[in-house]
Amino acid sequence: MLNAKIPAGPLENKWTDYKGHCKLVNPANKRKLEVIIVGTGLAGASAAASLGELGYKVKAFCFQDSPRRAHSIAAQGGINAAKNYQNDGDSVFRLFYDTIKGGDYRAREANVHRLAEVSANIIDQCVAQGVPFAREYGGLLSNRSFGGTQVQRTFYAAGQTGQQLLIGAYQALERQVALGNVKMYSRHEMLEVVKVDGKARGIIARNLVTGKLERHFGHAVLLCSGGYGNVFYLSTNAMGSNVTAAWKAHKKGAAFANPCFTQIHPTCIPVSGDHQSKLTLMSESLRNDGRIWVPKKQGDNRKPNEIPEEERDYYLERRYPAFGNLVPRDVASRAAKERCDAGYGVGSSKQAVYLDYAAAIERYGRIEASKEGKEDAPLEEIIAWGKEVVKEKYGNLFDMYEKITGENPYEVPMRIYPAVHYTMGGLWVDYELQTSVPGLYALGEANFSDHGANRLGASALMQGLADGYFVIPYTIGNYLADEIYNKPISTEHEAFAAAEKEVSDRLDKLMSIKGNTSVESFHKRLGKIMWDKCGMARNAEGLQQAITEIQELKKEFWSDVKIPGGITEFNPELDKAGRVADFIELGELMCKDALNRNESCGGHFREEYQTPDGEALRDDANYMYVAAWEYKADSNWELHKESLEYDVIKPTQRNYK
Amino acid sequence: MEHYNMNLTLKVWRQKSSNEQGYFETYQVRDISSEMSFLEMFDVLNEQLIKENKEPIAFDHDCREGICGMCSMYINGKPHGPWHANTTCQLHMRAFKDGDTIVVEPWRAKAFPVIKDLVVDRTAFDRIIQAGGYISVNTGNAVDGNAIPIEKDKADAAFAAAMCIGCGACVAACKNSSAMLFLSAKVSHLSLLPQGDPERKSRVVNMVAQMDKEGFGACTNTGACEATCPKEISISNIARLNREYLTSSLTAEK
Ligand SMILES: Cc1cc2nc3c(=O)[nH]c(=O)nc-3n(C[C@H](O)[C@H](O)[C@H](O)COP(=O)(O)OP(=O)(O)OC[C@H]3O[C@@H](n4cnc5c(N)ncnc54)[C@H](O)[C@@H]3O)c2cc1C
Ligand code: SF4
Ligand code: FES
Repeated sequence: MLNAKIPAGPLENKWTDYKGHCKLVNPANKRKLEVIIVGTGLAGASAAASLGELGYKVKAFCFQDSPRRAHSIAAQGGINAAKNYQNDGDSVFRLFYDTIKGGDYRAREANVHRLAEVSANIIDQCVAQGVPFAREYGGLLSNRSFGGTQVQRTFYAAGQTGQQLLIGAYQALERQVALGNVKMYSRHEMLEVVKVDGKARGIIARNLVTGKLERHFGHAVLLCSGGYGNVFYLSTNAMGSNVTAAWKAHKKGAAFANPCFTQIHPTCIPVSGDHQSKLTLMSESLRNDGRIWVPKKQGDNRKPNEIPEEERDYYLERRYPAFGNLVPRDVASRAAKERCDAGYGVGSSKQAVYLDYAAAIERYGRIEASKEGKEDAPLEEIIAWGKEVVKEKYGNLFDMYEKITGENPYEVPMRIYPAVHYTMGGLWVDYELQTSVPGLYALGEANFSDHGANRLGASALMQGLADGYFVIPYTIGNYLADEIYNKPISTEHEAFAAAEKEVSDRLDKLMSIKGNTSVESFHKRLGKIMWDKCGMARNAEGLQQAITEIQELKKEFWSDVKIPGGITEFNPELDKAGRVADFIELGELMCKDALNRNESCGGHFREEYQTPDGEALRDDANYMYVAAWEYKADSNWELHKESLEYDVIKPTQRNYK
Repeated sequence: MEHYNMNLTLKVWRQKSSNEQGYFETYQVRDISSEMSFLEMFDVLNEQLIKENKEPIAFDHDCREGICGMCSMYINGKPHGPWHANTTCQLHMRAFKDGDTIVVEPWRAKAFPVIKDLVVDRTAFDRIIQAGGYISVNTGNAVDGNAIPIEKDKADAAFAAAMCIGCGACVAACKNSSAMLFLSAKVSHLSLLPQGDPERKSRVVNMVAQMDKEGFGACTNTGACEATCPKEISISNIARLNREYLTSSLTAEK
């Protein structure tokens, strides 16, 4: 069933050869070809703009009121690219290598190499669009470090990199809207894929303002609908982020790959109470300068500033001297959990560790002082200068922390704890980003392609924009070149009627339950099962229990959910109900996948499989494959394995010591 | 930080749809923690309404981190509420005390019609961007990122303007419902950069024309926009826009 269509030839020539030989569509024919793009975050907006520029007729959809609000806007820290502007030894190969290693050898070499190759073009394109990246005094672009690498290759715009990149892509998209090449449907939700003769030919979308269902034809359909971290209820994702588009595609034949590979981000603001609706990330870039510690004494209740230096355990620096505070996310998260579980956690919940800026503030202050030739200025003055530097680099993040917690992070260390952040799993795609349904593509976080079992920081923005700006414009041509003979299919076609009926039946069914329990409370319960049993650490027994519990939750949902309002009106509770119903089904598959994978790798940590010092223990002999699940029926999937071949890199145990 | 719980009275604008009359409805909420965000307090209220078989209050929100620009509540007479440089979603309940009454309305402006309750239609902003808020560069046309050095001060100033989240609070705060702060932030962002230079003249003229067409009011420099903007977009951008507009409309080739 799975053919990854990886081009032959040496790794470094694959993409160039592919581009040189793939089929093209001439400009006159492009105008006759219609492409549907679901989602206008970084992946979707960049794809829509680029395909519009090429002359395709594009229809783009998003559920927010404007494409500028996609969840990509919230990305903070930065975007990687192998520019080697710092002359510190970076290269396409090194970015490729770091990504494969960071992903714990569970990603495809060919895709990742292509990603590293196009990474530099992304920066150029964004600069040309007017993205105001941070610059040095000489006027050139500035870089910072991110986890899992030893070079500085991350480009950034203070703590708002995602915002600036998305605005760049959004403006390019709006330009195509103005030129008539893209038609934008905001406040619309895609609820079904329409297939004709086995190929994706359109979608059913619901206008979220009127509640009306609409039929849209496309010669190809691109899903750029983001990740599914909200299956855990609490995550750093935006409230609306969901799996529905991908899930509908899955149920129409698209395989879902590595669903259990989720990323728990080590530095987020801890949960403060039951009312909590989402968690807020404190960017990984903070680990550039901040130091992470817990008290050396269990249950130490002193205030952080009262604990002397020698009574602090900088556990990441202790355990991983080579990478220190910049180990990859999965490693850092587990280390925090380990300390808290062992009774060293801080704050009222004891489920937190400190991220401390005191040393960085003083260090920067001294640098400023020496620039001014005032090395012997009093300490308060040095600290004040240091605070200014930190403010320029991370000011918006520090402000956000203070607004949420009411504490001033310039004075007291931040309290942080790991939280669900990103999903490496997603729709299975081949080298051309096509799912297992012909004509149906997946881009950005919605696909599984490049990050293996753990994504490195600043690589999701890179991947989303690589997919949209530089990959799909080529690979879609290879498919559409054969479609020029096919006239647009009327939306009166029976396949559209049948798909629309499926959607409206489901909406009717949801509304007819009229139970007693709100959608929100089901979502919370699902999240708790997932976090407890399919979260940072998993084991076979817990996963089996989780599957049973989720199946029960599903029954209860479909007999007791309470949805106010009606179908043909603006009804956010109904929108949410559909999404939670899909999350419940996905949750079951995630547990099944985690149970199947009898090894630990990257973000997937099975307690049964660890080294004596608590690191993830892979089983390459038996699990060096992509687990691609085919939907068969309710709670019933068939596993297909795409084995991973490493021609260039030799997998070893990841070592950050 | 000391935590406390509070009971509150809420007066919330309810409106079934754009063409129906709206009205205020009063609700009581109890045991609200000072650690909650303002929107989490609304979540509590909505759960309560669902339990009572009433319709929950529709409001826009997504990121809940102050960056997507989706949340938009007019709280006690101020867009995004009492805190300085803040969005509704980042407002926390420690801004209030036990027994307070809080009045919540949607953005009110002719160019932002109400869709339902506290949700308004801000697509006019997208159309202003379509009129010229971009740099015309197709994918693949770019030169090396470091080929155009840009003075740090300029890059920083462009960034400060580009931080606008398109929330529309400036419009809601303005007695004339002017969109000048939003528009000027975009014009500044792009015209401060060398890449934005070729389209400098047509951009400002076309964007202003679109703003007028959308029914936003004129700017009379009251400064309410700057005072309310969650991203502290400076009113000096409006002065820059006016200069750009003047030179451009005099010399623009039509
Ligand atoms: C807080 C935070 C910080 C981050 N920081 C970084 C960082 O510094 N560097 C980095 O590289 N990565 C970062 N990431 C990850 C990165 O932001 C995301 O992986 C990436 O932006 C996803 O982009 P996307 O285009 O795939 O999806 P999204 O931006 O999530 O866009 C999804 C789109 O799909 C639409 N959509 C979804 N479902 C439907 C449907 N059914 N119908 C219609 N439309 C639909 C939405 O409206 C939206 O337009 C961060 C993530 C978070 C949560
Ligand atoms: S200028 Fe400020 S208030 Fe106006 S839309 Fe932008 S961020 Fe919002
Ligand atoms: S919800 Fe995104 S800014 Fe408030």
